[in-house]
Amino acid sequence: MKASMRLAAAALTLAAGMGLAAMAQAKPLKITLPEETAAFKPGTNREVVMNNCTACHSADYVQTQPRGPKFKKDFWTAEVNKMIKVYGAPIEDADIPKIVEYLTENY
Amino acid sequence: MLNRRRLLAGTTATVATLGAGSFLGSIKALAATVTLPFENGERPMAKYPQKRPLILQTSRPPQLETPFSVYNEGVITPNDAFFVRYHLAGIPLDIDPAKFTIEVKGKVDKPLKLSLADLKKMPAKEIVAVTQCSGNSRGFSTPRVAGGQSGNGAMGNARWKGVPLKTVLEKAGVQAGAKQVVFGGLDGPVSDKTPDFAKALDLDHARDGEVMLAYSMNGTDLPMLNGFPVRLVVPGYYGTYWVKHLNEITVIDSVYDNFWMKTAYRIPDNDCNCVEPGTAPKATVPINRFTVRSFITNVQDGAKVKAGETRLKGIAFDGGKGIKEVVVSIDGGKSWLPTKLGKNLGNYSFREWHATVKLPAGAHELKVRATSNDGKTQPMQALWNPAGYLRNVVETVRVTAA
Repeated sequence: MKASMRLAAAALTLAAGMGLAAMAQAKPLKITLPEETAAFKPGTNREVVMNNCTACHSADYVQTQPRGPKFKKDFWTAEVNKMIKVYGAPIEDADIPKIVEYLTENY
Repeated sequence: MLNRRRLLAGTTATVATLGAGSFLGSIKALAATVTLPFENGERPMAKYPQKRPLILQTSRPPQLETPFSVYNEGVITPNDAFFVRYHLAGIPLDIDPAKFTIEVKGKVDKPLKLSLADLKKMPAKEIVAVTQCSGNSRGFSTPRVAGGQSGNGAMGNARWKGVPLKTVLEKAGVQAGAKQVVFGGLDGPVSDKTPDFAKALDLDHARDGEVMLAYSMNGTDLPMLNGFPVRLVVPGYYGTYWVKHLNEITVIDSVYDNFWMKTAYRIPDNDCNCVEPGTAPKATVPINRFTVRSFITNVQDGAKVKAGETRLKGIAFDGGKGIKEVVVSIDGGKSWLPTKLGKNLGNYSFREWHATVKLPAGAHELKVRATSNDGKTQPMQALWNPAGYLRNVVETVRVTAA
């Protein structure tokens, strides 16, 4: 459940039974996160990557991964498949090779 | 709000203690970077709310690493330097503790909805305990593996205050046949298709009296990014179980098999919890207690020190038995010297150690090795597993004395 929905649910369940003691609790806390600075490198199919990946995570998740000959096409294919199969990323089949190609070329 | 003076001060301290070169330039740009000592290890420093500048591993979901110099400040890790690690980008940024509740449900006689005030009325307990990310030090894994590429700063030690989970479960009345307790927090995925983050503990563990619902960290509210207003504290266990913004406790009569228990956070099911580098384990179990570790905190790798007597100090910890002994070597592990242990804050805390050694002029490989009260110690060669967990190799600091 998304945080906002959970909070709404929590607020509803509380409306009935909350006493004054609970009102005297710690103050509400609100924070604002700094703007993201990491960006995907320029390259062919960058837009496909932007459209498919950035809804769930920032570019530094890609940027910080190990580099070198063992971290090329097979590595990125496995990562993209993990995002689809494990994390449920709604990536169209036609986009998969484009994303893998971009990641392999640029990272 | 970003406090410029504080940011400047923090950045100065960090860069200076890291011994990095042109720190004046870094301050001017307000965009210092550090380079963790592995390939592709450069990271920006970033100032997040309620935090001093920390090593930015990733920004969304946020993963912030504690600069290693912080561990030399004392055995308690300050809240503003405490590492941050989320899995999913739907994180809470705005919480009114007066409206916050923790639901206790499932195989219980009396389901509960506890407010923070309810919790604070119950008998409180304090414990000093380390939490460490399962992937702490993953960047050093050889061969390298995918995942968050942390240095050694995804760990911290705090004084937690809260209510034992046992007390809460007794209040709810656990029913016969219950097997596990599942914990959920306010953080969640941005897509409905992504498995929501939740973790489970066996019932006996959950009601051991030590697992705690903590509402205070080092004498004050938890920072938002460390789980405000309440997080689960699971002493001796990896951070993955320390569910932040804890709002759901569900007692179940089965073994919880979501992605985060059944597929992720698994270690090889054998004596060393390791496999031949680059191979896959035959069977796995959920990650659990910390391996024993120790660090030298007052001398950086590559440092130049004065020849003669040098004081070494550092920290050691394990999964809850406590530290029996820490030894150091100044000759790359050929011979070992005793150290003195500092104040004992409990078996789940960092334990400080110190020693005075004589370093003749020349290059030296300093090593440190801890042994826990159950006789477990650290390997001289790193053990390996596919997820890069449990790293506890004997650490080496190379210095030149002159």
